[in-house]
Amino acid sequence: MSKPEVSKPKVAFYWCASCGGCEEAVVDLAEDILTVADAVDIVFWPVALDFKKKDVEAMEDGSIAVSFINGAVRTSEQEEMVNLLRKKSGLVVAFGSCAHIGGIPGLANFNDRESIFKWVYEDAPTVTNPDKIHPQTETEVPDGTITLPKFYDTVKTLDQAIDVDYYLPGCAPPPDLILAAVMAILKGELPEKGAVLAPDKSLCDTCPLAEYKPEKIAMKDIKRPHEIIHDPKQCFLAEGIICLGPATRSGCGERCINAGMPCRGCFGPTKTVKDMGTKVLTSIASLIGIETEEEMSEEELQKALDKIVDPGGLFFMYSLPSSVLRRRRLS
Amino acid sequence: MANDAKTGNDNPKIVAFCCNWCSYAGADAAGTARMQTKPHFRIIRTMCSSRVEPDLIMEAFHKGAWGVLILGCHPGDCHYKNGNYKTDRRIRLLKRTLEQFGIEPERLRLDWVSASEGAKFVRVIDETIDVIEKLGPLNLEIPEEVAHE
Repeated sequence: MSKPEVSKPKVAFYWCASCGGCEEAVVDLAEDILTVADAVDIVFWPVALDFKKKDVEAMEDGSIAVSFINGAVRTSEQEEMVNLLRKKSGLVVAFGSCAHIGGIPGLANFNDRESIFKWVYEDAPTVTNPDKIHPQTETEVPDGTITLPKFYDTVKTLDQAIDVDYYLPGCAPPPDLILAAVMAILKGELPEKGAVLAPDKSLCDTCPLAEYKPEKIAMKDIKRPHEIIHDPKQCFLAEGIICLGPATRSGCGERCINAGMPCRGCFGPTKTVKDMGTKVLTSIASLIGIETEEEMSEEELQKALDKIVDPGGLFFMYSLPSSVLRRRRLS
Repeated sequence: MANDAKTGNDNPKIVAFCCNWCSYAGADAAGTARMQTKPHFRIIRTMCSSRVEPDLIMEAFHKGAWGVLILGCHPGDCHYKNGNYKTDRRIRLLKRTLEQFGIEPERLRLDWVSASEGAKFVRVIDETIDVIEKLGPLNLEIPEEVAHE
């Protein structure tokens, strides 16, 4: 029997507003997970191991080497947990798109608590709620008061709630980047604080379709992915399909492109970009009708642009909470 | 400007991006001719209207602008041949995006002012200020939500 190792670095995983895909990504390490499990001691991982909040509270401050936190911060409970983990951890890594830039849950920032509750608890066709009961943070029952976390108006990225040391981008982060990040942390070979642990290139730079890209891309007509059959030897933009590749960071392994789908921006922008959504808007708007821009009438132009049915949702698909405005104006 | 908004200064704040070759010269022409306008705008000179990337416009709104005005050369007259066509497409798309952000699209206006159109510059500025004054300040503040209050 081998001696129990006491000096392994402690690691925690936690999830906030997310789909569970990031947890899956850890499991997707396949055999490599054994390398990770050998090197570290997992002390908290609600999806897989039965540790409780009180176990974390009992730990010494700073005693967890690194916490990998996925998901955006949407409720008071999540905010409380990430603050607790921050206190107990040496490093905090925002794991995946939602923690990094807001992700799909962040699209809810085009709404607010009231409008979301109204839809979910009253108006959605599958709901029967004649008394229009909404969740309350406190409810009196005969045995006392029971509580629920507060549902925020605004979804936050992890770094809008706590201090974050590193970012692992992606929906979900690919296994090679996860492993590289874990190994870099274990060896102490880390870049400067605040770095995104992925290449700082745009997806177009590494896109397998780049060799088929025409010298000048022109989008004659905007198409949605279901409207045409994509030619696997053609750049999406040249086909008229909006692809967020020009403004998205590379490193994902071009999983969507190889599966015949255009990029939707889950890796976030490259280092110098402040507002990813408007960067995409800028680049796409430049390409639309570029060959006929001098002859197009106002009506033709407006018609071509109106084929983008949901510009906000498309251009800010993953990055709304991290954009300059962060959310829809609250009335 | 953000400070002005907080101190309750209730004059409209409008950022006017003017291209170097036409609209800035047009503004200059208005000045030389001593034409009068309302004062509630600040001009930022850019080399081309297409230099005004939409993220700069978002930034202007974020920092307290009530409205943003982009002025460029007339179609066909762009110093860089076709920059203004791109501006036109971006602004049209951005206006629809702004609506989704709860910002009235009228707060953003694109127009063409040539170097000789001092009078048009004055008219566009005055019209824009009228529209923005009616809309009032853009309150984009996000109240802090925390776990424990």
